[in-house]
Amino acid sequence: MDLLQTLKIALRALRTNKMRSFLTMLGIIIGIAAVIAMMAVGAGARHVIAQQIASIGSNIILVIPGSTTSGGIRIGTGASQTLTSDDVKAIMAECPSVETAAPTVRSTAQVVFGNMNWSTIIMGSTPEMFDIREWPTISGRGFTRQDVDGAAKVCLLGQTVAENLFGAADPVGKVVRIKKVPFTVVGLLERKGQSPQGTDQDDVIFVPLTAAQRKLVGSQFPNTVGAVLVKAKGEELLDKAESEVQSLLDQRHRITGAKEPDYSTRNLSEILAVAEQSSRAMSLLLGAVASISLVVGGIGIMNIMLVSVTERTREIGIRMAIGARKGDILLQFMTEAVLLTMIGGLIGICIGAAGATVVSGILSWPTLISIESVAIAFFFSGAVGIFFGFYPARKAAGLNPIDALRYE
Amino acid sequence: MGEVISLNDIHRAFIMGGQRFEALKGVSFRVAEGEFVAIMGASGSGKSTCMNILGCLDHPTSGDYLLDGLDVGRIAPDQLAAIRNRKLGFVFQGFNLLARTPAVENVELPLVYAGIPARERRRRALAALEQVSLAGKENNHSSQLSGGQQQRVAIARALVNEPAVILADEPTGNLDSATSEEIMALFTDLNRSGITIIMVTHEADVAACAGRRITFRDGLIIGDSQTSQTD
Ligand SMILES: Nc1ncnc2c1ncn2[C@@H]1O[C@H](COP(=O)(O)OP(=O)(O)OP(=O)(O)O)[C@@H](O)[C@H]1O
Ligand SMILES: [Mg+2]
Repeated sequence: MDLLQTLKIALRALRTNKMRSFLTMLGIIIGIAAVIAMMAVGAGARHVIAQQIASIGSNIILVIPGSTTSGGIRIGTGASQTLTSDDVKAIMAECPSVETAAPTVRSTAQVVFGNMNWSTIIMGSTPEMFDIREWPTISGRGFTRQDVDGAAKVCLLGQTVAENLFGAADPVGKVVRIKKVPFTVVGLLERKGQSPQGTDQDDVIFVPLTAAQRKLVGSQFPNTVGAVLVKAKGEELLDKAESEVQSLLDQRHRITGAKEPDYSTRNLSEILAVAEQSSRAMSLLLGAVASISLVVGGIGIMNIMLVSVTERTREIGIRMAIGARKGDILLQFMTEAVLLTMIGGLIGICIGAAGATVVSGILSWPTLISIESVAIAFFFSGAVGIFFGFYPARKAAGLNPIDALRYE
Repeated sequence: MGEVISLNDIHRAFIMGGQRFEALKGVSFRVAEGEFVAIMGASGSGKSTCMNILGCLDHPTSGDYLLDGLDVGRIAPDQLAAIRNRKLGFVFQGFNLLARTPAVENVELPLVYAGIPARERRRRALAALEQVSLAGKENNHSSQLSGGQQQRVAIARALVNEPAVILADEPTGNLDSATSEEIMALFTDLNRSGITIIMVTHEADVAACAGRRITFRDGLIIGDSQTSQTD
C-alpha cells in the first residue's frame, strides 16, 4: 500500500468530520503555538541582551549623581549635580580595577547648518567615552585630549543628525551652530541603531566635556558632570570595580554611617541579569503551557482516534477481508493521527509566530522565529501524533477480520 | 481439473456465556476448479460460519482446510491477508462498500493492498466496472447507487484482482427478483470465464444457476448433489 493512497484515505477521514478534527487539533495548536512563542521570546531576549551589551559596551558601571532615595521618596536620578570632573579623574587614578571612565554632560538644543536645523541631544564627554561604548568614527577623527583641555569648539555627529543637516554629503570640516555657538564638525560616528528602549542612539552630537560645561549647559557649578561611565578591567572585576568606586566616592563626598550617598551606581551586568531572568521566567511559563497542552492535546487525539476506530470497525473489517494486512491498518490510523497533529502543528506555528510578533511589538523586542524552532515544533507535533496515535492504531490493527465485519 | 478447496472434518465451536455451541460439527467437501456451488440450508445451519472459514476470515476449531493445496491453518496472518487479496473475492449480502468513497475507488481497494501502481489500478478498476455494466457510474458514492448497482460494484471489487474463487454469502438476499436475476446472470458469466464460485442462497431458483448444491442442517452437510442444469 503506497503512502500517497494512505494519505488520501486519512485526509478523507479527517474531512468527513471537519469540526471534530479541528476541535481535536486545538490542544496541539495551542501547545505548538506556545512552543513557537516560547522559543521566539527566548531568542528575542537573548538577542536584546546581546544588543544591549554591544550598544552600551561591555563591563560597564554607571555612576549617576543624586541618591536613589531621598528622605524615603524616590527622586529622579541624575537630577542633582553632585559629581564633578575631579571625581572622574580620581576614579581613573585611584581605582585599580577600573580601566577607564568617562563623564557626560547632557543637554538638548537646536543645531543649525545653513538653512537646515535639527533639535537633538548634545552630549559633552571625553575621548574615553568612545572606547567604553566601542563607538568609532567612520569619517574624520575622534576627540583628543587637547580638544577637552582647550574646550575646543569641535563636535562629532551621530548618523541621524548628519542625515538631517547634511543629507548624503560629508559633514566633516563644516561648521554648525549649537545654541548660536559655532562648532566645527571633525568626525562622523558609526551608526548605532536603536537602543533597547527604542530610542535612536544616532540622534546625538558629541562635544568636548569642557566645551559643553562652559558654552552650552550654563550650570552654576561649572565643574559638575552628569552620568559617569566606568569600564572595569574585565568581567570578573566588575563587582570589585563597583565597590572601589563606591568607597572612593564615599570618602570624597564624606559619606559615613547612616548618611545616604549622594550618587548611585548601577552595574549593567545586573540589569542584564534581570532581563535574562525575566525572559527565562517567561520561557518557563510558556514551556509549561506548551507541554501541558501538548499532553492534553495528545490525549484528546488518542480519545478521538479510539472513537474513530470504533466507528469504523466495519470499514476496517472490509479492508481486512479485501486483503489489508495488520501493518496497512496500523499505518493508516497512525497516518491519520500524525496528519491531525501535523496540521494542528502547522496552524500552531502560524499562530505562535503571529503571537510572538505581537508580543515583541508590545515589548519592542525583535521576533526571532528560527528555522530550527519551526522544525522543532513540527517534529514535536509529529511525535505527539505518533505517541498518542499508536495505541488506537494498534487496537484497529489487532481487530479480528470476522469480528470487525460483523460489528454493528 | 484441479482441486481448489478441500475441507476436512471442519468443526467450529463458539463459546457464549460459558456455553459451548458447535455451529459446524464436522463438515467435509471438495470443490474443483471452475465449479459453481450453491450452499443452501435453514437459517442458523452454519452456512455463513462455513463461508467465513472458506474466506480465511475465521479459523476452524479443528479440521484442515486446504486452499489451492495450501494448509491455511498453518499460515501467518499477513500471508492470510495476501491470500484473501489475491486468491479470493468476497460478495456480501450487505454489499459492504466503503461509505463516501466513489465506486471506482471501492473497486480499486484490493489492488491498493496488492501494491499495484495507481494508473494500472484505475485502468483495471474501470474495466471491472464495465464488466458489471456500470461504466459511467464510477464516480458515484454508494449512497448514490441502487441496491443492485451497489452489489455490482461489490462484484467488480471481488473480481478485479482475478481471484481463483469468489465467495458470495446471500448476494441477492437484499435485492428484488428482477435485480437478482441480473446479478445471477453476472455470476454465471463469471463462472463460464473459469472462476470458481461458492454462493450461499435461500432461493431455489437462484440455486438453480449453480452446477452443484450443498445443503446444510445443524452444522452438518445433509445433501451434496450435481444439478442437471450445467452445460
Ligand atoms: N460469533 C458467534 N458467536 C456465537 N454464536 C455464533 C457466532 N456466529 C454464529 N453463531 C451461531 O452459529 C450458528 C450458525 O450461524 P450462521 O451465521 O452460520 O448461520 P447461517 O446458516 O448463515 O444462517 P442464515 O441463513 O440465517 O444466515 C447460529 O446458531 C449462530 O447463533
Ligand atoms: Mg448467514
